[in-house]
Amino acid sequence: MADVKPRIKLDKKDVAKGGIIEVKTLVSHTMESGQRKDKDGKVIPRKILNKFTCDLNGKTIFSADIESAVSANPYFQFKIKPEETGTLTFTWIDDDGSKIQATEQIKVA
Amino acid sequence: MVRPLPLAFTALALVVLAGAPHAQDMPPGPAAKEASERPAWQAHGLKPQNPNSPFDEVVSGLYFRSKETQEMQADDFNNPGFLAVEQGEELWSKVDGAPGKSCASCHNEASTSMKGVAAAYPKWNEKLGKPINLEQRINICRSGAVKAEPWAFGSSELTAMTTYIRTQSRGMPVAVKVEGPMTPWFERGQSLYYQRNGQLDLACASCHEKNHGKYLRADFLSQGQSNGFPVYRLRDQRLVPLHERMEGCMQDVRATPFQPLSDEFLALETYVAWRGLGLPVETPAVRN
Amino acid sequence: MTSAKIPALNRRQALAFGTGAVVATAFAFRTGPALAAKPATDEAIKAFTRGKEPVRGKVKLELPEIAENGNTVPMTVSVDVPMTAESYVEEVMIVAEGNPNPGVISFHFTPSSVAEANTRIRLAETQNVIAVARMNDGSVFSDVRQVKVTIGGCGG
Repeated sequence: MADVKPRIKLDKKDVAKGGIIEVKTLVSHTMESGQRKDKDGKVIPRKILNKFTCDLNGKTIFSADIESAVSANPYFQFKIKPEETGTLTFTWIDDDGSKIQATEQIKVA
Repeated sequence: MVRPLPLAFTALALVVLAGAPHAQDMPPGPAAKEASERPAWQAHGLKPQNPNSPFDEVVSGLYFRSKETQEMQADDFNNPGFLAVEQGEELWSKVDGAPGKSCASCHNEASTSMKGVAAAYPKWNEKLGKPINLEQRINICRSGAVKAEPWAFGSSELTAMTTYIRTQSRGMPVAVKVEGPMTPWFERGQSLYYQRNGQLDLACASCHEKNHGKYLRADFLSQGQSNGFPVYRLRDQRLVPLHERMEGCMQDVRATPFQPLSDEFLALETYVAWRGLGLPVETPAVRN
Repeated sequence: MTSAKIPALNRRQALAFGTGAVVATAFAFRTGPALAAKPATDEAIKAFTRGKEPVRGKVKLELPEIAENGNTVPMTVSVDVPMTAESYVEEVMIVAEGNPNPGVISFHFTPSSVAEANTRIRLAETQNVIAVARMNDGSVFSDVRQVKVTIGGCGG
């Protein structure tokens, strides 16, 4: 999963203080639920992205604890009210401990 | 893979599709109200380009789907099929094989060189003396100029590349040619389309010609058009190529499916494309 | 629901009701008081609310009445409160009582976010999906939606 490139879209990157940015994220992942069986009847072990965070300059402003009932290729749409200019960091954490990460720069005037 | 089919499905299939001469005379069931909540698929039809078309209106599968599914396809960011488009875009310029070539080495920018190309597939291949579809064309390039291993049918690479190339024709009309050497393939596809199959004894036409716009148990039947393939299926949560979908239909009627990329599916793909002549390419479409 | 006042139906009416019942049920869940019936769901909610009974309202859960396929169901949850440093929604938990594991997702909000999120979820069967929101002062609110999921046939 190392080469996974998340898709991220901000409706704007430049807002006045108190302004709202809509964020959409989509990432490729099978989200294996741990409920399915293979052809031999053996349970396929769970392997999902279990955590998503959106940080602004290192401080978490939105996050989600994810269970196996979230569909494959998880999509999140949410809105943030950033207090300051800086770097948004988006992180997805896999059951195997690996991370998918992406960043975006925003400006708050 | 043989799945046990619920009895109700079997029974209803036989009543609605095999038994009743006029399915539209069936009394409205519980599905009737749900049907009224369906988008008005008729409002989106095209006049058939061909006087021999079996349809009064040619309608994309998109308009047989729910509001939520249509919305997911309408926005390129919301549409999860674009994960495959992006994967295909990366593969397009990824060097593979001994000569160190990628697709881009010969074809440059796909947005220019591939525009409209996929809308005309399947296409006659003079060298092979048969039609080929886009997946086969990609693999001919791979084992030819690129000198790399062909991708297996159903692999994420082949499906992503097929999706990427077809997306370059998005909005352009399906324009398959069925004249000349394609005629026997068209005719074979046509005869397969009307041939009843499997334990349920249903033909493609039983559902997609005679009963589109009606419910088969919980399924709201479309015209079975191919203009959106490969499609992102909500069920599988990934891109599904056309021949895999056709395999699924054959399993559903309890038949032994043809092999993906077989002559039978090539003939069917050709014929089904003709049934949707003029429909805009929607790849990557979102379907249930 | 004032079920005691429903008069006896003749056969024709009973049949007619049968077709309407699906709709009536969906409507009842929208206004009815019963939150969670299943123990695992109940427990998850109690743990989240720290034993408090959530008040119906403020939270809005948006889901299709009929899922086109249970494996990918678009869902939006929002809480109608201003988000300030003094008063804000801390967390919204989504549970699906008919799934093998009721937990679906929990969104954590801050004064720097809007209490609204959208994702796509898996529902194993026709069931109630419940959203519970907890404010930073510990008060809790909820909403519930029934989603019909069809299994079998070509999509199943």
